[in-house]
Amino acid sequence: MHDDVEGSGLSAVLTWITHAIETLTIGRDFATMCRGWAVQFSSRTLLTTPLLHANGCAMPSFRLTPRHVWARPVMLVVALALSVAGCGPYPQSTLHPRSDLGTELSDLYMQIFWWAVLVFIIVESLLVYAVIRFRARPGQEGEPKQIYGHTALEIAWTVAPAVILVFIAVPSVQSIFRTSQPPPADALEVEVIGHQWWWEFRYPEYNLVTAGEMHIPVGRPVSLVMTSADVIHSFWVPRLAGKRDVILGRTNRLLFTADSAGVYLGQCAEYCGTSHGNMRFRTIVDAPADFDAWVQQQQTAPPPADSLTEIERRGVEAFTSVRTPASNSCIACHAIEGVSFGVLGPNLSHVGGRTTIAGGILPNTTDGLRRWLTDPAGEKPGSLMPNVDLSDAETDGLIAYLQSLR
Amino acid sequence: MATTAAQHAPLAAVAGPTGLWSWITTTDHKRIGILYGVTAFAFFLIGGLEALLLRAQLATPNGRLLDADTYNQMFTMHGTTMVFLAFMPLAAAFFNFVVPLQIGARDVAFPRLNAFSYWVFLFGGLFMNASFLFGAAPDGGWFGYVNLTSKQYSPGLNIDFWVLGLAILGTASLVAAVNFIVTIINMRAPGMRLMRMPVFTWMTLVTQFLVLTAFPVITVGLVFLMFDRFFGTNFYNAVAGGDLLLWQHLFWLFGHPEVYILILPAMGIVSEVLPTFSRKPLFGYAVVVYSGVLIGFMGWGVWAHHMFSVGLGPIADSVFGAATMLIAIPTGVKIFNWIGTMWGGRIDLKTPMLFAIGFVAMFIIGGLSGIMHASPPTDLQQTDTYFVVAHFHYVLFGGGIMGLFAGMYYWWPKAFGRLLDEGLGRWHWILIVIGLNLSFFPMHFIGLLGMPRRVYNYDPELGLGFLNMMSTVGAFIIGASTLVFVYNIWVTAKRARSASANPWNAPTLEWSISSPPPVYNFSVLPEVRSRLPLWREDGLSRIPDVPPEPVHVPGGSYWPIVAAFGQLVIAVGAIARVLPIVLAGVAVLVISIYFWAFEPFEV
Repeated sequence: MHDDVEGSGLSAVLTWITHAIETLTIGRDFATMCRGWAVQFSSRTLLTTPLLHANGCAMPSFRLTPRHVWARPVMLVVALALSVAGCGPYPQSTLHPRSDLGTELSDLYMQIFWWAVLVFIIVESLLVYAVIRFRARPGQEGEPKQIYGHTALEIAWTVAPAVILVFIAVPSVQSIFRTSQPPPADALEVEVIGHQWWWEFRYPEYNLVTAGEMHIPVGRPVSLVMTSADVIHSFWVPRLAGKRDVILGRTNRLLFTADSAGVYLGQCAEYCGTSHGNMRFRTIVDAPADFDAWVQQQQTAPPPADSLTEIERRGVEAFTSVRTPASNSCIACHAIEGVSFGVLGPNLSHVGGRTTIAGGILPNTTDGLRRWLTDPAGEKPGSLMPNVDLSDAETDGLIAYLQSLR
Repeated sequence: MATTAAQHAPLAAVAGPTGLWSWITTTDHKRIGILYGVTAFAFFLIGGLEALLLRAQLATPNGRLLDADTYNQMFTMHGTTMVFLAFMPLAAAFFNFVVPLQIGARDVAFPRLNAFSYWVFLFGGLFMNASFLFGAAPDGGWFGYVNLTSKQYSPGLNIDFWVLGLAILGTASLVAAVNFIVTIINMRAPGMRLMRMPVFTWMTLVTQFLVLTAFPVITVGLVFLMFDRFFGTNFYNAVAGGDLLLWQHLFWLFGHPEVYILILPAMGIVSEVLPTFSRKPLFGYAVVVYSGVLIGFMGWGVWAHHMFSVGLGPIADSVFGAATMLIAIPTGVKIFNWIGTMWGGRIDLKTPMLFAIGFVAMFIIGGLSGIMHASPPTDLQQTDTYFVVAHFHYVLFGGGIMGLFAGMYYWWPKAFGRLLDEGLGRWHWILIVIGLNLSFFPMHFIGLLGMPRRVYNYDPELGLGFLNMMSTVGAFIIGASTLVFVYNIWVTAKRARSASANPWNAPTLEWSISSPPPVYNFSVLPEVRSRLPLWREDGLSRIPDVPPEPVHVPGGSYWPIVAAFGQLVIAVGAIARVLPIVLAGVAVLVISIYFWAFEPFEV
């Protein structure tokens, strides 16, 4: 049969390849070396763009020799990739990690990225070359040589991806197990609870409850124990850790150690309903002394009612008054130490000390508080906090009172 | 049946009946294919408009075009529409039109069942989109994760429309799967052995087995959800001992094979187009076929890679990560074989070829970003971000849709007897390549720099306004490219039907008969003697222009549309919570199946 194809015995060959992959033991070193090589290669041919300088990075500039002109488009993409990887005002960048876990994930990503760049260049070049080199030209006669296949080539391009995958799979699996260790004894445990659409943080060690902003100390392992109060959410602070879903009825864990103090933005990464886009939060990594001071402040009971100013006292009244329907009362959902016990909304005992409110979408300022108190659903669509129809006097009082709760 | 078939006059059959009624009752696989194509393309335009609205909203931080609820409905309907109402039925248009012609059959094995599939798909799509009229379009995402989609957190009709709509559409796919498996296995012309089948027919076969095995899984998941919502059961109620992850396992156990259900037909199309326009047989035919089969099998063992952030534990993560990476091997093999096909050929850059090359070039990018989140640790940073959106749009739009467009340009003359305009086709291609890269490439960075998916707004502080604006501009260029395609259809429709039987000088059987083919397809059943019957001397027995004896072709029937309507009535009754309507729908369905079964099926 003239169109019979090669391939007899190919399955035996595939089996053999599989065994070879199994018996190959390759560590991380070679991949690291290749990565270093790839960086060198790209640096040497990098096209210097204003973009790189604009970001204020210490990115060395290089001249592009004519020999490398073909590499221009590819290198531009690489340059863009590097520029976004290394620097820039990107507060939720996964490529700019500030913890051991974040660095682990980002390093692994960069390893795989360079393999992908290598494969991309080879395969796309072959494709483009084939299209240009073998395009039909006028004057050609007859048919091109009819080729049905080539067993050696087939085997080669089956083995080559398999080998590359070993270099990706082995570090991946190693990384999985490295990042799945049980928390050390000195780890700070924080319970994270996802709500529609805000985050609650509990510190059993210090008997603290807060919301919207998680404080952790720099350099101390943090063990997050996470669950949800309602639908599935996903906890994500890109610069500190990868995502972990929080699921009603299940407990998930995340372990990392932040290595620099600072404020790190995060937001829910699993679609969780109307205001999924508004479910944001901040992780504030404090120097140890600052963290201790924060803990101490959180452990201090709010000032007693008789020490409040008159306007703040009006706020307490507005906060504690029972409205119609009763579920419209502040105390139905919110707890303030010594005042109320609500658990459906964020604990407000020390709300005045936070930088943001309403699930991280509004600044904790007089204006921000006013906007939130007068029209919760307008600020955060679908908000479970009802519009209570506060009088102006009540609003002013509440703002003053909440700001006093430091 | 022989008696009724004998009444058929061969020459009259060339034209076929005309008029609306003849289309409603048609059982001709070619007409059903065209119906599928037109309907699916209309849904493709709707899904595209939804995408443009999404991109317009995200063009700048804190966009104000759509409110949160509308945005959530739009992205849910964009995904659902593109997967179930545009992509799958567009592929079905090709299955219907091309497969019987490629294997030398006069129709599919069950022509009326085929019509039933189409009408069920149409009604299911209309039902799903009717939700817009009630302001209650589905808003739980195309993946519909519980417990967000349970009654407690989604009390409206939105999710009811989604559950019932998908249940209806599932019937259409399942029925068609059975039909095509039987057709391909049983109805091949003499000499059309399995390893002589065109790759598109092969990929259709693999796809249909995936549909046959994957859709029951999602059906189970949907029935549980339906029971939870309608009858208060607790399959997905964590507080009552149900399991939220049960849905995720069921959905992705369907959902990952579904990805291959979408991409394999496009791979099949590309495997037809590349050899034709390279003037060379497909490089490593058997390897390409077996890679497709292997991808189909492996597609079943990787579903949990959609769930790495769920916390399945290190062993499961490692196994599913490694299994996912393995799929890169047969996929890579296919890509190399496609390049090998072009290598040393005489490449004619006609529009179908441009789209096929575009498929390969874009699919490589999507494949490589896929490897990046096959690794579970890196996936923890990429899942549920725009990086994943970039990945699967490169695979499904840059790959899949480009492949389907290649098929449209390629088989257009066979279906309508007219070639699409080459110049406009090139413009379409150039715009789509620029548009999709401008739209989807920045999304890699948008994701890596921390923007999650499915958010209706983002903080200007993230610094992602510029990249998002680029992406939006690209999306509108894609929109413009689609208009060029529509204009192309409109312009060329006015031209004469001048396409020859084999305008591309292609090797496969469908090109041996006139364009468009006669109602009976082949005047005599051909005898195939080669995998490339039209490129080989003596590759095919002679096919006379006029049938030497009367041909039996399936006649029309209105029972398929009535039966499909019965299903629609059931769904309408369910959404209205009116039991008598549901029962009436059941009655229509059962009665029409009864009459269908005893119908004298005349020509």
